[in-house]
Amino acid sequence: MSTIAPQFRLSRFIASLFDIIFWVLLIFSLVGLPIVFIVLFYIKMPIINGQMLTPYLAMTWMADPSRTLPIIKTLLHTTFFHVIAFPGFGFAALLAAATIFVERKFLAKIQLRVGPLYCGKIEGILQLMGDGLKLISKEIIIPAKADKPIFWVGPLLFVGTAGALVSLIPVARGWVVANPSVGLLAVFATIGFFPIISVLTAWAANNKWTFIGGLRALHQMIAFEIPLILSLLSVVILTGTLNLSQIAESQQHYWWIVFTPISAIVFFICILAELERIPFDLPEAESEIVAGWLTEFSGMMYGLIQLGTYLKLYAFAGLFTVLFLGGWNGPTVWPAFPADIITHGITIGPVTAKIAGLPLFDQDMLNGTLWFVIKTVGVILLILLPRGVFPRIRIDMLLHTGWYKLIGLAFINIFIALGLLYAGVLGPGGLIQ
Amino acid sequence: MTTQLPPGIQLEKIDDRIMTLNVGPQHPGSGHMRLIIKVDGDYIVSCDPDPGYVHRGEEKMAEYRNYIQNVPHLERPVIHDSSNILYPYCLAVEELLGIEVPERAKYVRVIAAELNRCIYTLYWLAIYGIFLGHSTMFMWPAGDRELFIDLLEAMSGARVTHAYLVPGGVRNDLPANFEERCLRQVDYFEKRLKEYQAVFYKNPILISRTEGTGILSRTDAIRLGTTGSVLRASGVNFDIRKKEPYDVYENLDFETVVMKEGDSYARSYVPYLEMFESCRIIRDAIRKMPKSGSVRTKLKPNPKGGNEEVYKRVESGRGALGYYVVSNNRPEPYRVKISVGSFRNLICMPYLLKGELLGNMPAVYWSLNYWPVEADR
Repeated sequence: MSTIAPQFRLSRFIASLFDIIFWVLLIFSLVGLPIVFIVLFYIKMPIINGQMLTPYLAMTWMADPSRTLPIIKTLLHTTFFHVIAFPGFGFAALLAAATIFVERKFLAKIQLRVGPLYCGKIEGILQLMGDGLKLISKEIIIPAKADKPIFWVGPLLFVGTAGALVSLIPVARGWVVANPSVGLLAVFATIGFFPIISVLTAWAANNKWTFIGGLRALHQMIAFEIPLILSLLSVVILTGTLNLSQIAESQQHYWWIVFTPISAIVFFICILAELERIPFDLPEAESEIVAGWLTEFSGMMYGLIQLGTYLKLYAFAGLFTVLFLGGWNGPTVWPAFPADIITHGITIGPVTAKIAGLPLFDQDMLNGTLWFVIKTVGVILLILLPRGVFPRIRIDMLLHTGWYKLIGLAFINIFIALGLLYAGVLGPGGLIQ
Repeated sequence: MTTQLPPGIQLEKIDDRIMTLNVGPQHPGSGHMRLIIKVDGDYIVSCDPDPGYVHRGEEKMAEYRNYIQNVPHLERPVIHDSSNILYPYCLAVEELLGIEVPERAKYVRVIAAELNRCIYTLYWLAIYGIFLGHSTMFMWPAGDRELFIDLLEAMSGARVTHAYLVPGGVRNDLPANFEERCLRQVDYFEKRLKEYQAVFYKNPILISRTEGTGILSRTDAIRLGTTGSVLRASGVNFDIRKKEPYDVYENLDFETVVMKEGDSYARSYVPYLEMFESCRIIRDAIRKMPKSGSVRTKLKPNPKGGNEEVYKRVESGRGALGYYVVSNNRPEPYRVKISVGSFRNLICMPYLLKGELLGNMPAVYWSLNYWPVEADR
């Protein structure tokens, strides 16, 4: 079906790959390696474990896992790795990318379509990459009368703030980028940045549609921030802590959604509003105000906003999991690392290798991550579902919902939580200490 | 207020509060037209519709072609309701030229017209859905339209611009087994229509969003000259198929859908209920249709009309659609004037939008059953 490369032949493609590998190896061994050795000859090398670091020793790291693994293990516990890869940006971006793909296929199934189909052969799995490439290659157009510095910095601020939100979510026991003792307050503070960014970029674009969209975003986010904070207050009352890791830890036996279902519902509705998803997508209502506060963004600036939106989606779904669905807690389903590999080593043919530093991740962390991902994906699917079912609501109904109904409901659950606490059902001597 | 103000204090001018928005023609919620909307905060102060971006001079073009050559270009204003926009032209020309239409052709015309009405209404409903942010309601009708498009393709050979109705009958007879296929698809379509109700018309958010917005009272609806579903949603029982029956509509069993509310919800619900009536008409017409016979009266080459004028109108998807055709002993018409429902319904838009929220603009605008291309002709 593809018309991109009608003359495509797989054999020639593979042959060209071998060609490239051959030339790279040839050039590297004839030119690269001598240069590396010449440089190493003149540089004074550090001493590690009583051995001078020579190129030979460096090479053994690649070949000998018992030398490599401790280094990798140390790397895994550095803040750098936490921020870039696992509980931080890389993990969140991966889940966000999966979310975009799942959203498109899921919505297509609701609407009796097929969704992305051709890009990447298997069910259009590479569609997102194609879209990303398209966005990167597009021209970035800045309106002539825009306030250029603020307009430029808007998308970056948006992604940065979304990333800050991601960094507060604990994925497994001890696996969190930032673990302040007032984690929940930090979440509230970070959420408070989004309306400012919306209004700033909307004003900087100097366009009527962005202006209306920005004001709508401001109204919506402020109206839903208060019930959002109030709905989480009942969890704080029950746990007595603002630290997200401790809140997750406290749900080993019962999830808080059992005791605070109204809070969970209020929080879920607030998530939808904060994420500007249907039915609360007024700031981007296409048929009314073109694209709202995103109207003037083009190319990768729009791409960054989209990235930020989906990071935010992941962060809120993770927050819901941590606060109401028990976070990483769950029955142990991940198989334990086979103990005889640690004691006796691995036998591959005639060679038996004893590798120090195994396993890389302990069973608790892998099991916790698995449960966290399962729960978060479930919440994300629930967040995606209204898009196929509901139309957009109107601004007066939106404000009425936020300021009147949700705040009332959140207060009801706060009283329920207080009642549970003072009646002794929860807390000291109750079901949960 | 020309009194002396303290130094440094100014009164706010009304122009500072009011922002003028140019909705269209390059706006996702406008269609091929422009609305100049003035808003005070989120409230619409005034709305000035500005049609005419797709004016194609259909009426003038009709004066340079003979009666048969006029058929394909006259359906262009509403290509997805092409049978209904050709219907009054065929009726008028038949009266001018004194042509008698065979009985079977009259039934086939009715079937084509009702199928086309469903195609138009589904298209309209799809856009109504996406205007309200309901993307499923965009995809479902757009997909189910294919059922009727396939049927009309089997009838006429073209998927969209059929040019099926011609003066003297229809262009060609129905294909073999058309009746069974048509009934099967209509049965399936009625099942799908009930699902629309579950996902769209009974949706609490949709109801709370469209109920009570843009209310057009019965007297205003008559005074402003609206037609079609807009008029019927305001409680006026007026359907040309019932009031001035043409062809075989008087033999067929159907009812006029009337609602009393006159708000956006009623205006969007009436066309939906009319699709059920269309299905009824199609079933009834297939049952009562003569099973064989001619479907087209042979015309003289290049027929000339007498020195007379004719006005014929039918009920299209957007209301009364009339053709005023004047002939003066020549093969070409002297004048063709098309009176379309879209343009008449547009007149009440400034009246309805005044004082509404900006968020209601798409809901009210598209509930008027307005098709910009038809309004410009």
